[in-house]
Amino acid sequence: MITTLLYSLTGLILFGMGLFTLIIHSHPLRKILAVNVMATGVFLILVATAYIPLGQGDIDPVPHAMVLTGIVVSVSVTALALILACRVQETSNLALLKKTKPSQATKESKA
Amino acid sequence: MIFHADTPSWVIAPVVLPLIAGLLCFLCNRRTFVIALAAALANFFVAFLLIYQLLVFGPMRCYIGGWAPPLGITLRTDGPALLMLLMTAVTGLAITLYARGYFSYRISDPVRVGRHQRQQRYFWPLWMLMLAGLNGLFLSGDIFNLYVTLELIGISAASLAALSGKPASQRASFRYLLISLLGSLTYLLGIVFLYRSCGVLDLEMLRNLAANGLGMRAALALLTVGLLLKTALVPLHFWLPPAHANALAPVSVILSALVVKGSFYLLFRFWFELFAPIVSMSALNFMGTLGAIAILWGAIQAMRQHRLKLMIAYSTVSQLGYLFVAFPLSRVAEGAQVWSIVIFMALTHACAKSAMFMAAGSVYLHLGHDRIKDLAGVRASLPITVFAYGIAGVSLMGLPPSGAFIAKWMLLSSSFASSQWWWALVIMAGSLLAMVYVFRVMSQFFVIPEENALKNSTPLSPLLEWPALILALISLFLGLIAPWPLRILSQGSTAFAQIFPGGLP
Repeated sequence: MITTLLYSLTGLILFGMGLFTLIIHSHPLRKILAVNVMATGVFLILVATAYIPLGQGDIDPVPHAMVLTGIVVSVSVTALALILACRVQETSNLALLKKTKPSQATKESKA
Repeated sequence: MIFHADTPSWVIAPVVLPLIAGLLCFLCNRRTFVIALAAALANFFVAFLLIYQLLVFGPMRCYIGGWAPPLGITLRTDGPALLMLLMTAVTGLAITLYARGYFSYRISDPVRVGRHQRQQRYFWPLWMLMLAGLNGLFLSGDIFNLYVTLELIGISAASLAALSGKPASQRASFRYLLISLLGSLTYLLGIVFLYRSCGVLDLEMLRNLAANGLGMRAALALLTVGLLLKTALVPLHFWLPPAHANALAPVSVILSALVVKGSFYLLFRFWFELFAPIVSMSALNFMGTLGAIAILWGAIQAMRQHRLKLMIAYSTVSQLGYLFVAFPLSRVAEGAQVWSIVIFMALTHACAKSAMFMAAGSVYLHLGHDRIKDLAGVRASLPITVFAYGIAGVSLMGLPPSGAFIAKWMLLSSSFASSQWWWALVIMAGSLLAMVYVFRVMSQFFVIPEENALKNSTPLSPLLEWPALILALISLFLGLIAPWPLRILSQGSTAFAQIFPGGLP
């Protein structure tokens, strides 16, 4: 019982820390990592839910299935978020370049 | 629950068909439109077939592969689910046709052909994936599968929003993706609490187990916050206008008409079926207050916008508020009546808002911008689009005979019946404000420009104009065919009758 509680509380704390970082930091990479930490927290709680001490019956498979699905989802979403963050970075860098070199920008628009 | 032998093959069709079509669209380079159209048409007919089966056999459950609930995947049909499915199918068909017109118009434009072709190439698979996710959401009978469908919808929505390639839309879609992730993680944490208190994931079993406990309350709070983030109710609406307004026109239609409805539908089901015994009156009032603020704030913001698409996006924020005002009135109205208010509001809004965004997209293609003050003379060149915009506006205001009129009428009568007159004031003020922002654009359409020559005079293809008009007409005449949706809905409210034999307490 105490093991489950300990792991669940750790999971909740991880979730809270991720949420805090997600809200206060503005850098895209930090935000993506924060979301990942939050997901890890939820998975930890789920794994703790499935825990049953040795010799007291079988481990509940349903939370494990949920964690596996959740990991797959989280990996793919992280990939998408990274791509989007790169795109945002590229386009904003381009915009910055255009701002600093107005002569080039007008040439480009004419062409 | 009746389990009918020949239904499984049809219940899974709305999920499987668009999924296969999406994969095919991704693999094939050509004829993607034909594949998508075939899937949308098939989806449309299957929705009608399922409704027919519902009317004949009653609600059904289907265990995929014969695996029973604790481990297997359950799909179920009932009145509200099938009406939402029908809404998705009808708007989905129109969106498919409109998107075809939109992309062929933009590809025919000699500027940046490659970019437009790339956009079209990725639009079809993502749109089909979105359709599969939405259908799965409406039909799924398992709370964890709902999480998966929510993620499917979130991923495809964020990718669709990023398609236009403009810096503003990419920033908006990155924020949209993060918000949608935050929403689904909160939802997942809610599921964990629910699973810890009850030990099952199947909605049907949960309904029988739902008891008043701390775990259940925490689960309700987390699920609600997660879904509210995705539904964009007022304090959490900040991501919606930029994401919806900066996307390509067909994408704005999908996001505004369908995606927010999906998470709202889940929220409503949870509050009024799963957690009905533990929801208190103060919680309902809180949701109603947020809805009332959404109606007024969204409408005021819509009036202040300078761009047509941003105005329509804020109008979505405002219209979503009506769905939440129905919450505190549920204790007065009978169970089925709350469903009918919400469903009528959602159906009308889906059709009218699609028509409006389609009209705005056509105007944008025609003029090359959507600044409201420079819209003069559009009426002469795009009469059908302007007509569609006007009719959609009438439906949004809630004038008879639109479906929104019926919903607002029921809202007003139940708020007076329960002497909660303040909701009625908000509803009427919201309609008045909607009139202001719709007519503000409408009057610009009718202004005759000074120099009577428009730069771009190529006529738009019928695919860009007619889907909008047809959807607008459907939303307007929904009120006249009201008994028909009500009959379907009464089939689904058997679930309601189980918890509340004589309506809600």
